[in-house]
Amino acid sequence: MDIHLTNAQATAEERVAVDSELGVPASSWQGGQRQTSDTRAAYNGDSHGQRHRLLPTLHAIQNGIGWISPGALNYVALRLDIAPAEVHGVASFYGMFALEARPRIVAHVCDDIACITRGSQQLCAELESTLGPAGSPCSGGRAIWLRSQCLGLCERAPAVLISSAGEKSHERVLAPASARAVQFLLDDAIQDRLPAEPDVLDLKASVPQAAQKSSSPPLRLLHRISQGCATTIETYQKFGGYEGLRKAIALGPEGTLRELAASKLLGRGGAAFPIAKKWEALFLQRNLLQQDSGRAHYVICNADESEPGTFKDRILMEGDPFAVIEGITIDGFVTGARQGYVYLRGEYPLAAERMQHAIDSALENGFLGENILGSGLQFNIEIRRGAGAYICGEETALFNSIEGYRGEPRNKPPFPTQSGLFRQPTAVNNVETLVNVPGIIRDGGAAYAKLGTDNSAGTRLFCLCGHIAKPGVYELAMGATLRQLIDLAGGVAGNGKLQAILLGGAAGAFVSPKELDTPLTFEGTRAIGATLGSGVVMLFDETVDLRQILLRIASFFHHETCGQCVPCRVGVTRQEESLLRLVSGKPLGSAAQEIAMLREMGQAMRDASICGLGQTASSAIESALQRWSIFS
Amino acid sequence: MSEIVITNPANFDAPRPTIPLPRGPIPAAPPKIARRSIDIKIDGQAISVPEGSTILDAAKELGIETPTLCYLESLTPVNVCRVCVVELEGSRTLVPACSRKVEPNMSIKTDSERVRLSRRIVLEFLASSVDLSTAPNMREYMDRYDAHPERFGETRATVAQPIKIDNDLYVRDYSKCVLCYKCVEACGVDAQNTFAIAVAGRGFSARIATEFDVPLPDSACVYCGNCIGVCPTGALMFKSEYDMRQAGTWDEARQTQTDTICPYCGVGCDLTVHQQDGKIVRVTSPLDHSVTHGNLCIKGRFGWQYVQIQPADPPEE
Amino acid sequence: MLWGSNARETHPIFFHHLLKGLRNGAELYVIDPRRTSSAQWATLWLGLDVGSDISLANAVAREIIAAGLHDEKFIRHATSGFDAYKAHVEKYTLERAERETGVPAAAIRKMAHAYAKAPRAQLCWTLGITEHHNAVDNVVALINLTILTGHVGRYGSGVNPLRGQNNVQGGGDMGAIPDRFPGFQHVENDEIRAKYEKAWGVKIQPKRGWHLSDMFEAMEHGALTTLYVLGENPADSEADRHRTLKRLTGLEFMVVQDLFYTKTAELADVVLPAAAGAFENEGTVTSSERRVQRVRRTVASPDGVRDDLDIIFDLACRLGHNWGAPDPETIWNEVRSLSPMHGGMSYRRLEELGGIQWPCYDESHPGEMFLHGRFWSDPLIGPRAPFSVVEFEPPVDQLDEQYPIRLTTGRKLDDYNTGVQTEKFASPLRREVALEVSPEDGLHYALLEGERVRVTSRRGSVVAPVKFDAALRPGLAFLSVHAHDQVSTNDLTIDAVDPRSGTSEFKATAIRIEKLQPV
Repeated sequence: MDIHLTNAQATAEERVAVDSELGVPASSWQGGQRQTSDTRAAYNGDSHGQRHRLLPTLHAIQNGIGWISPGALNYVALRLDIAPAEVHGVASFYGMFALEARPRIVAHVCDDIACITRGSQQLCAELESTLGPAGSPCSGGRAIWLRSQCLGLCERAPAVLISSAGEKSHERVLAPASARAVQFLLDDAIQDRLPAEPDVLDLKASVPQAAQKSSSPPLRLLHRISQGCATTIETYQKFGGYEGLRKAIALGPEGTLRELAASKLLGRGGAAFPIAKKWEALFLQRNLLQQDSGRAHYVICNADESEPGTFKDRILMEGDPFAVIEGITIDGFVTGARQGYVYLRGEYPLAAERMQHAIDSALENGFLGENILGSGLQFNIEIRRGAGAYICGEETALFNSIEGYRGEPRNKPPFPTQSGLFRQPTAVNNVETLVNVPGIIRDGGAAYAKLGTDNSAGTRLFCLCGHIAKPGVYELAMGATLRQLIDLAGGVAGNGKLQAILLGGAAGAFVSPKELDTPLTFEGTRAIGATLGSGVVMLFDETVDLRQILLRIASFFHHETCGQCVPCRVGVTRQEESLLRLVSGKPLGSAAQEIAMLREMGQAMRDASICGLGQTASSAIESALQRWSIFS
Repeated sequence: MSEIVITNPANFDAPRPTIPLPRGPIPAAPPKIARRSIDIKIDGQAISVPEGSTILDAAKELGIETPTLCYLESLTPVNVCRVCVVELEGSRTLVPACSRKVEPNMSIKTDSERVRLSRRIVLEFLASSVDLSTAPNMREYMDRYDAHPERFGETRATVAQPIKIDNDLYVRDYSKCVLCYKCVEACGVDAQNTFAIAVAGRGFSARIATEFDVPLPDSACVYCGNCIGVCPTGALMFKSEYDMRQAGTWDEARQTQTDTICPYCGVGCDLTVHQQDGKIVRVTSPLDHSVTHGNLCIKGRFGWQYVQIQPADPPEE
Repeated sequence: MLWGSNARETHPIFFHHLLKGLRNGAELYVIDPRRTSSAQWATLWLGLDVGSDISLANAVAREIIAAGLHDEKFIRHATSGFDAYKAHVEKYTLERAERETGVPAAAIRKMAHAYAKAPRAQLCWTLGITEHHNAVDNVVALINLTILTGHVGRYGSGVNPLRGQNNVQGGGDMGAIPDRFPGFQHVENDEIRAKYEKAWGVKIQPKRGWHLSDMFEAMEHGALTTLYVLGENPADSEADRHRTLKRLTGLEFMVVQDLFYTKTAELADVVLPAAAGAFENEGTVTSSERRVQRVRRTVASPDGVRDDLDIIFDLACRLGHNWGAPDPETIWNEVRSLSPMHGGMSYRRLEELGGIQWPCYDESHPGEMFLHGRFWSDPLIGPRAPFSVVEFEPPVDQLDEQYPIRLTTGRKLDDYNTGVQTEKFASPLRREVALEVSPEDGLHYALLEGERVRVTSRRGSVVAPVKFDAALRPGLAFLSVHAHDQVSTNDLTIDAVDPRSGTSEFKATAIRIEKLQPV
């Protein structure tokens, strides 16, 4: 296209960062050195259709430089043949990208609801006194600390993520964090002494069931992790890895689909859609795929786990990455897709490292690539990192994000199985769902369906956090009650008196201690007006000011709405304003009037928003208003 | 002077300029694929519309008026304003009429309590955050749905901000922007493909912006004015109109519109010339014109100033 | 294929339609010495030397034939002269074309194959083809390609010369060419002439008149002494301005009818202030796609200014012919009665249908969306389409050591011709007119951006600021034609005229660039 750029030029360092992702420019028209031949002919094929490389390229600049300058942005525009205003529109959408100069070293300090229960407010207060206010440079201008949304480290709250941009960029997780530790780590970062590993998966801290000798039924999703993880292909295979894929290939796509249907596995991402149906929809379009060379199928592993209080997918990817890869590969085998993507949350450095390693060694060992296990199956997987946008966990927003657009959701229909990534049929599944698949195929669908209840088959991962004695990820057959789960996790911590439980995260619902005997199934939670959602079980003791928690949830949505549709964009804003008035005791009219208005707005947001974010942004607040009279 | 000899002299069967060519067959475009009819029900009334129609199309056919803001027939529907939502039987949420395609046996309510509530609140959300003083349709919709934006209090967040006047042709007053995406579409793939502006930022601070908010003259803008042509609220305005409004002389009641053809290149763009008191005050183009689809270039849109130059003006020496 | 056209800037709304095609998967090939904003959208841009189009076109033809991609059936059915053409283009190997045009052989080959293999292909050109001393040769070289591949006379395929003025097509339609009556009816056809003589009640001489360049030549020889100029500004717009001014000032009598006191009006004996055509008159214009559309009076013209028709009628009266004062529709109906291809275009139908594409023979005829469909009729209707043998000839103004730089000219998006109309609006895009050169030449001549230099051709010399543009290669420079009071581009250009079309070679001037000595 005819690109118009401002005069801002990229520095040599910025060019290196971009070229590290995109390679050397093909010609001067894409920003390279001018050759005589450039003045006689130009092919646009070199940069055409490369828009999907925008997000990785922006990451490369952010990681290399620490911010995206006008010059760097111009260079990206030229390299990818995208107008600079569009590049800016995309870059400014994501929380992880800085568009103003800032120090290369950043401490992201979580102040979200799970961390609040574990002292994050005090941590922030201490950082304010030692480092200065959030958002202003500290450590002699070489670093900065920022408040952050949930970092998905809730079992080790309070959590901090340090990122250090530069030629060799580093990330390091600090959880649980103290102000002193943050300061030490910032100093380490400044002196380029950050440890090579971004984090350590500590089973004792994150997977308490690992310490138990046995569990009933045996752990299916966590069994390798509980035995010390399987981060190499050898250990993975030793623990039964790739038996599922071998059997799937033997069964063929139809046979595999039959087992999946028999398993009654429902998606674990929140919508609880039968996985067999989703995959079958793509499978049935395989003929079109063969007829039309312009057509493709895609499978996507949604690893953009960002629901406050959720960290199970992170632990699966850190501790058992091959299981995720095997699940995606079976997905590809059944659906006929040749390309899979893992859309992995930007704030998960260790998971990204382990997953990339798993992909590389699967490729080396013939479990990915041209002719998988000699079956003729051709399949590859690419990781795409998110960049700090909760909304990109919504599947259609995720498509736009991979494609290099703003992560704004699309209206449905058309559904992804008809028109998804690059407008092609696409199956999107959550990490946990996919990790279930190899075991189901290996042991047979019927065996799986025997676990859990009639309508909620199998086991489920729960993220226990907040005021709980042994926070971490737990696996239980569906049907266990909330009480049983809490007991398994050592009971209520804090002052020992349970005030409320948030089920399913910020988009979920609060339940009261009276509802502890609710079975943890899709139908059981639905019956009390709640949801399993992403498996969050966050406990609040009686010392917690629930009003502050509601306000923090409202602020979360205010921060994370994409802003595309009116009911959500303005709705979450008005919702936060309304809660703020209620919390400060200055309602418009009476508190009851204010609450009535809040609920009315909630209904319009639920009814008229484009996507699940707006549709659920009021649900946790609504659930609390239903259960307690907290504002009277 | 030389003869016109553009043909091979050895060839006797070539056209000769003095002899008129015979008529050929009347050319035609390839026939369109027939679309099947879909039967649906709206507010209890049965209607049959071609496949691919939207609920909005069907409702229009029945004479049911649906409020719209981000919809324009010449642009790809973005369904972001949600003021057109309707209740579709079997659907968990309301659906946007402007983009939802009809499916067999749909049953739709356009005026149920649920619909009215959502429409009212969407209008209240907009009017409470955006200056709609130059968006005449919105006033009408707000009356129809009994919207009271003031109920969100005095301290509510708005998009109020200083007006941007950085060139002689356009004024951008984003205090009036409802973020309908129309200008971005017109500047982008739906017409101009210049992409001088895009939606930037996120959430309530999402906004229409050039890269790093550089002034228009530094941006890729080519001043086609197609963004102004589609703006539903007057956030984007011709400088000529803005100046008259500031001076208090803008009066649409005194204006007439006449179509003519652009005086510049040979493409044949239809100009709708708006005049007030014998002076051209702005130029638009009809959305349904097969050449322009409502779009013009800088010359068509702004190149009419020469008509206003009086012959009494002394010639420049 | 956009050949010698920068439609992105010169035909922006046409380009919208083209972009829709690109978004739907069409390919775009742009042939232009500069990598223009149009070229930046191209699948492939071919940056040929100015004036080497025939070599390129012939090589494309040779490659198509050599690869067996020509449409043999169509050629047999509807064309003539193929064998001679084939033998002729045989000489134009890709290697030769690479030598003569500067474009890599691989790029020429790719375009040739893409054009021949495309299910539908359009070939559009603009002044890059026609502002040459061999303009008609250039055009027929391109037409050869369309009949070679059968990309003509079918939906979505054809040739499309993009018209630069809102009614340049209409001017031709109405007989404003030296050898035609309205409807392109030839004056040398006795039957047709008789029809007009009968309708107009006058004797019409059975021979063609002069075209613009003929007229200027006639002024030189004293054969033309009186000139009536309507809405033209030749004092600025003609090539080799010094010579033009000499010729215009040598006239015995000149009348200029215009909206403004133009450079030409300054030289006139009588100036007639006229109304603004598109905004203050009633009538019709014909667009590039042969669509006849209505123009309407949108505002009243200022006092003392008269409508073109009004002036002409009055003038006729003074010359002893009282034509009365028929309104535009009456005049149009006369056109319809005499020009068969306009027969069905009543004002009412033009209104209803939003314009009609000629030919439209009667009121039941819908107009024709493309021409030459007759070539596909079996049996063939009318004469065959002839292949033409044309040879590459470099521009007249040759480069040498004295004049080493090739200067080419063109339009900018926001300006129009000599700027008489467009200078009246404040375009934020408008910059001071500058000599645009490649960054390499900037370095070679040790120039700074904005520095004023002397630009000299064999005919004249101007001073202009310099601007660097990577769209240009070393040895190629560009000047716009819009603001002669800033930089009088036509002081430099050559009036080497194509004998058949009467167009000057505005696109190819040999210049040198000199630094101005500091004063």
